[in-house]
Amino acid sequence: MVPLAEPRKRALRRELAAIVGAGGVLSDPDELLVYESDGLTLFRALADFVVFPTSAEQVSAVVKLANREELPFVARGAGTGLSGGCLPAEGGIVLSLMRMNRVLEVDYDNQLAIVEPGLVNLHLSWAVGPSGYYYAPDPSSQQACTIGGNIANNSGGPHTLKYGVTTNHVLGLEVVLPDGEIVWLGGRTREAAGYDLAGVFVGSEGTFGIATKIAVRILKKPQAVKTVLAVFDEIERASAAVSAIIARGLVPAAVEMIDHLTIQAVEDAFGCGYPRDAAAALLVEVDGLAAGIEAQAARVVEACRDAGAREVRVARDEAERALLWKGRKSAFGAYGRLSPAYMVMDGVIPRTRLPHVLRRVNEIVAAHGLRVGNVFHAGDGNLHPNILYDPRVPGEETRVLEAGAEIMRLCAEVGGSISGEHGIGLEKTDFMPFIFSPADLAFMQRLKDAFNPTGRCNPGKIFPTRKTCGEAGPVAYRPHPIEEKGLAQRF
Amino acid sequence: MAHGTTETPAPPAPPAPLALHGLSVEGVNQCVHCGLCLASCPTFSELGTEMDSPRGRIFLIKSLAEGRLALSDSTVRHLSLCLDCRACETVCPAGVPYGRLIEAAKAEIERQRPGGAARRAFRWINLGLLLEHPRLLALAAAGLRAYQVSGLQRLVRASGLARVLPSTLAAWEALTPAVPAAAARAPLPALIPAVGARRARVALLTGCVQSVVFGDHNRATARVLARNGCDVVVPAGQGCCGALNAHAGDHARAVRMAKATIETFERAGVRTVIVNTSGCGAHMKGYGALLANEPSWASPAARFAASVQDVSEFLAREPLRGPLAPVAMTVTYHDPCHVVHGQKIRAQPRQLLAEIPGLRIVELAESDWCCGSAGIYNLTEPEMAERLLRRKVGHVLATGAEAVVTANPGCILQIAKGVRDRGAPTRVLHLVELLDRAYGAGR
Repeated sequence: MVPLAEPRKRALRRELAAIVGAGGVLSDPDELLVYESDGLTLFRALADFVVFPTSAEQVSAVVKLANREELPFVARGAGTGLSGGCLPAEGGIVLSLMRMNRVLEVDYDNQLAIVEPGLVNLHLSWAVGPSGYYYAPDPSSQQACTIGGNIANNSGGPHTLKYGVTTNHVLGLEVVLPDGEIVWLGGRTREAAGYDLAGVFVGSEGTFGIATKIAVRILKKPQAVKTVLAVFDEIERASAAVSAIIARGLVPAAVEMIDHLTIQAVEDAFGCGYPRDAAAALLVEVDGLAAGIEAQAARVVEACRDAGAREVRVARDEAERALLWKGRKSAFGAYGRLSPAYMVMDGVIPRTRLPHVLRRVNEIVAAHGLRVGNVFHAGDGNLHPNILYDPRVPGEETRVLEAGAEIMRLCAEVGGSISGEHGIGLEKTDFMPFIFSPADLAFMQRLKDAFNPTGRCNPGKIFPTRKTCGEAGPVAYRPHPIEEKGLAQRF
Repeated sequence: MAHGTTETPAPPAPPAPLALHGLSVEGVNQCVHCGLCLASCPTFSELGTEMDSPRGRIFLIKSLAEGRLALSDSTVRHLSLCLDCRACETVCPAGVPYGRLIEAAKAEIERQRPGGAARRAFRWINLGLLLEHPRLLALAAAGLRAYQVSGLQRLVRASGLARVLPSTLAAWEALTPAVPAAAARAPLPALIPAVGARRARVALLTGCVQSVVFGDHNRATARVLARNGCDVVVPAGQGCCGALNAHAGDHARAVRMAKATIETFERAGVRTVIVNTSGCGAHMKGYGALLANEPSWASPAARFAASVQDVSEFLAREPLRGPLAPVAMTVTYHDPCHVVHGQKIRAQPRQLLAEIPGLRIVELAESDWCCGSAGIYNLTEPEMAERLLRRKVGHVLATGAEAVVTANPGCILQIAKGVRDRGAPTRVLHLVELLDRAYGAGR
């Protein structure tokens, strides 16, 4: 993109300020710099403006202005995403939704809440908690990430094993479409008439428009919860235990795995109670009616023992349980204790292939001279290998990307997928052909065109970069490093 | 700048350690940009702008140290708006030493932008003259007391004279605490002997502003410690620990004051130094890091730092000694930032309150959020300080408690002002006042 000329930039700033107020526009390069990446610092791009709308009408007005000026635009929440999904194209407008963070309405009888997109995920559970309710999808970043960002990525979390991912909890949304029109998709009830457009919108990574109000389900808190920690001396045994638990007909709320390296990081961080000498640990939670919960927990304990766990214990109280979860949910950030940077992969595989895939992941990363920590939703087969690296060491970033590409290919080869919950974003566009045929991708493109015909709404995401400049949207084509290495192909 | 990370030319050597104003900011490399700190930051929560979040500020500090950014007006603005409350440290899984980073950044700001003559004079009077010289502070307190009781203050405020003063001076005038009578400002005895079986010999930091504004809290602290078996030594000639200087970017003076404090307390020959003010305790526990690069000071500083304990931390190690009289009151507890985030002391004050018979304790929403006092922040950033104060007082009033208990003079003054502004009768007490009352004080 050609940088905006100063006079045009000043004029645009005035117009944006007229929409969102003078305190709602950033255009100082020093301020824009902190918006250059999300939680994945490998990818960076600067916007011309970051604006802070406070209503759907303001979002719509900004979008219409962007269209008139033929500028790309993208919504951003807390910026905790891990695939570069909320990065601007070079230039354009970022709409930060952090000032739209209210709970607008709670209907306990019908178990729903209407919220704004900038609401922090955990704050919704805090708001309805005193009445005995909670919002089930619980990404590990839930203390900071927003519901709007969760919608974009169809976020999961440890408890989605039993309760489903974000899309299973969204009833309807008010959306500012990429042309600025405001519409409702879905409604307030579990079943809506017509096409399931709310279902189509959730997980569209900000390419179908910007949600400005969201109707979500809230659930009654379970009567009882038991959390089991199982410690293993071999990672293969821990992997096998996951399938063994499920094969016994148990339906745990969560089955999480945390490996040796990750245990070191989280123990350094908060001293959560994971044994430092373990090769891997499983965190298994069962919940439901108080009657029978002990029996369920006992069956989990038995399954883990039979699978060869060295030690299995049930968290004594809420404090111990909370600490174990704190360790699990802080794991990504805790890698900062071991390494100045990391890249988290987000692959999905059939659960039964866990032992094989984990072994291969470790081999691949080691072959690139790097370290990897694994902490993931084992019950869902949703892997999170975290490759540790130092961006200051020449060549390490490239090796990280190479190892990442091989891991993605591995996930695809065993019949899995290249994203569980973090989205494709910028990071994985070129891996799409690993799992989708040209016809699949072409059909997805037609769907995107229906919502976003100009491509100005969050350009450059999801779809593989194209071969010819003539086809390119607002983002100019640049070869991805993986492509240059011949590890991935454009379609 | 490009999407992605195509080959960048290799830097020739391992990167030089990052520093600002000679102070290491290598800690920025521990930040992996996960963003878990965002929602815990009071200024980000108020503004929603990432330059005003911990992650954003770390990024600004890193970019400054790397030379990617110059210290522009906007960068100064966002770094100055940081409360240094360190709430982000509590939630940071990566262990970023944020407090040290922001102090280095503030020192760099002072170096590059000392400001005009009026600002420099104001800082010199406060951070240099008054804080570094306890006698001058005592004199100033006496003068202030005379100003306040003579009716002159009323006159100045009524006449609108305050409005024509330079804005910092006017804010300073409005926020000067009511100075108590000379008796309350008098020095404590050199030794307050233990009552009953002797448990320990401890030294008490009486502080700078604390000793002239809340001398009664020092007396209460000494009495409560004595009732719990402590010989309490009050080293003569002790001054300010330098915390306010360090937080305000006045690094050189902070180092001098730390050394003077260590020397004064070493002469007392005790193994435990008790502190009843939040920022001082957290800062003194960090003397080891502050003086780590001075060979002759590193080890005494580390030893001293290890001897420092907050009064609640010390008392909670054993059950309170009886007899404790009932205090029939409903209270709530506000965590001072540098007690809860700076020293990770959360359970102990609540445990001590629970030991007071008859006392009913209700939890305060956002109890560990900054009240806006933050050292001299309410002077330098009055608008944000006021926003946070309103938020705090709203939560306090929602509890319906008769008193809010806390453990730091800055918080007490700030919350008392906020409560007064709302016309509420809620009292603001130091934890030791309540303990002292349970031991029969004021009866």
